[in-house]
Amino acid sequence: MTTYFNEMMDKGAVRAPYAQLQGWVEQMPAELRNLKQAEAEALFRRIGITFAVYGEGGDPDRLIPFDMFPRVFAAQEWFRLERGIKQRARALNAFLADVYDRGEIVRAGRIPARLVYLNEAYEKAVAGFRPPKGVFSHIVGIDLVRTGPDDFFVLEDNCRTPSGVSYMLENREIMMRMFPELFASNRIQPVEAYPEILRRTLASVAPKKCPGEPNIVILTPGHFNSAYYEHSFLADMMGVELVEGQDLFVEGEHVWMRTTEGPRRVDVIYRRIDDAFLDPLCFRPDSMLGVPGLMDIYRSGGVSICSAPGAGVADDKAVYTFVPEMVRFYLGEEPILQNVPTWQCAKADERKYVLEHLGDLVVKEVHGSGGYGMLVGPKSTKAEIETFRAKITDDPDNYIAQPTLALSTVPTFVDEGVAPRHVDLRPYCLVGERIELVPGGLTRVALREGSLVVNSSQGGGVKDTWVLAE
Amino acid sequence: MRLSVEHVTTYRYDPPVRGVVQSHRLVPTECLNQTVIGDWVVEVSGGIAGAPFKDGAGDMIRGWSLRGPVQEVQVTVRGVVETRDQAGVLRGLREGIPPLAWLGETAPTAPNPALRDLAAAGVGVDGLALAHDLARLVAEAITWTPGCTDAATTAAEALALGHGVCQDHAHALICAARLRDLPARYVSGYLFAEGASGEAAHAWAEVWIEGLGWVGFDPANRCCPDERYIRLGCGMDAEAAAPIRGVARGVAAESMQIAVAVGQRQQ
Repeated sequence: MTTYFNEMMDKGAVRAPYAQLQGWVEQMPAELRNLKQAEAEALFRRIGITFAVYGEGGDPDRLIPFDMFPRVFAAQEWFRLERGIKQRARALNAFLADVYDRGEIVRAGRIPARLVYLNEAYEKAVAGFRPPKGVFSHIVGIDLVRTGPDDFFVLEDNCRTPSGVSYMLENREIMMRMFPELFASNRIQPVEAYPEILRRTLASVAPKKCPGEPNIVILTPGHFNSAYYEHSFLADMMGVELVEGQDLFVEGEHVWMRTTEGPRRVDVIYRRIDDAFLDPLCFRPDSMLGVPGLMDIYRSGGVSICSAPGAGVADDKAVYTFVPEMVRFYLGEEPILQNVPTWQCAKADERKYVLEHLGDLVVKEVHGSGGYGMLVGPKSTKAEIETFRAKITDDPDNYIAQPTLALSTVPTFVDEGVAPRHVDLRPYCLVGERIELVPGGLTRVALREGSLVVNSSQGGGVKDTWVLAE
Repeated sequence: MRLSVEHVTTYRYDPPVRGVVQSHRLVPTECLNQTVIGDWVVEVSGGIAGAPFKDGAGDMIRGWSLRGPVQEVQVTVRGVVETRDQAGVLRGLREGIPPLAWLGETAPTAPNPALRDLAAAGVGVDGLALAHDLARLVAEAITWTPGCTDAATTAAEALALGHGVCQDHAHALICAARLRDLPARYVSGYLFAEGASGEAAHAWAEVWIEGLGWVGFDPANRCCPDERYIRLGCGMDAEAAAPIRGVARGVAAESMQIAVAVGQRQQ
């Protein structure tokens, strides 16, 4: 039987970062707990933070369940994580700057050329273009899991538009409102500077043609998008405009925003829409979401787009395998964070292994996300495994497999009281003139007993994530 | 050869639209095959010019916009180019896209069984001979016939039809070359068409030959581009390589008229 690392309890003793929480949870009467849980839900409902889930039907404005039991890191634990995350974000950006320039890493034979240049996310349109400060991915969301006191694995990198940071901020806000005493008795590092650091990061990559204080906007596909709440939340918190494609237009050397006082120049666009929809004159001609002509302005230095078009080639699940190699190649350092061993079903010998061990492995689609189209071998029925066997045989290039990791657990409020549930972590690393990371992130928790899938679309919830001060 | 170009495209909108945005690839490629003599003029009636830049493929790109209401846009291209025959090889172009990236697939160049058969039938002792053979097979399979295909016709459809124009030839050759693992791309340009098939606004394909570089093939005329050809730019397919791409704001019937004249200049 697999043993799981419990982040609070180690051999019957409470681990130091959770010391204060032990008493807190023991002294909380069941009625109070229910009351607080109801209060938390009402607060979330009131602020309107909901998450619509694709393809599941049901209530589109469903709340992501919030679990009040925090997840805690000691300062020392975080210190190492922070170095690992920043190192990875640096390497990913160096890789992007390289493959859109001379492609040294490919020439050196450290990553297969086809994997890069025939990747769906490789954008010919920006080859040879160097975005301001050479940064392509300004917000890097790195999904981590923990299997032991010092063992962290990166599950995947998100270099395009990682979502969920609004939960990090709202979870903290709500915990502080409901349990102020916890914030008095624990020295918890604040996360609320995130929007200001994000704004500063975006401002630091303003284009050369922007003479003064840059005008920043968030470009959203609209209110039907599952992360729309987050788009408007971040715009509010940063004090910038939230716009849709139709609110913008190009003229001369710039992008402009329609306002009641006339057109206003836009210098930096934090876009939350995919490359394919950014500009019908450069990408999908049928797209109504973007801004016609935007890519011409971008490539002639009139506006910055964050993340830069083409950034997705670094976070592809097949490219992921080579991230440790990027760290060594560009930074000359050993990777601090480990990758999960990954088998490429595209390779015959690795596919053979995968097909023989489907019952033990996690199988994912190369371009999938959100926990859809995924097989967790040990938790699947024979029929589900056979379905995947057929899928992999049919289209091997589309699948990778990884061992089923023993995800750590954190105590979680359940019907019967408090019980361990599996968690992951997504911190948000900001890359501009500087690389910055607020102490915290989004902890997702698999609320179903035994489940290893933390995606909100698959019954996952969220927790406040604490990093203690030294 | 010294060639003069006069290329006028007129768009009409009925009813007038609220605005127009265009992206142009209308300046001859800077390479050893050709040199612009004097001024190369691109005019857009009522247009506001964006900043020009060179993209990764080495094409000169420039955006234009027009405030509404727009009833008519006239894009005029005028200039003189000195061309040199390089035996079909594109020489001296600085570009940032690795050849491998031109192996991908797009909708108009997507293979079907017939295109796979055509590609498999090509023979050659090396890449160059194979590319020549594929160009021959495409020219034989698709007879140059104006008017039976349109801008949206795919390579597969043109092959099934057995008739088409330069765009269809280029798409079919690009598809076949890529199937044989030869990077290939679509090229837009002009042709001084004295006795040649096609119109003065022309298109052909380029195939990457290891050791030689990009080599042009024009199945419509069963030849490689020579001094009669002026190259404007390239892309994965006709749409991506289009000399003019545009979007109008508003709902209207759009009509387009093109007049291109390429003539030989006395020196």
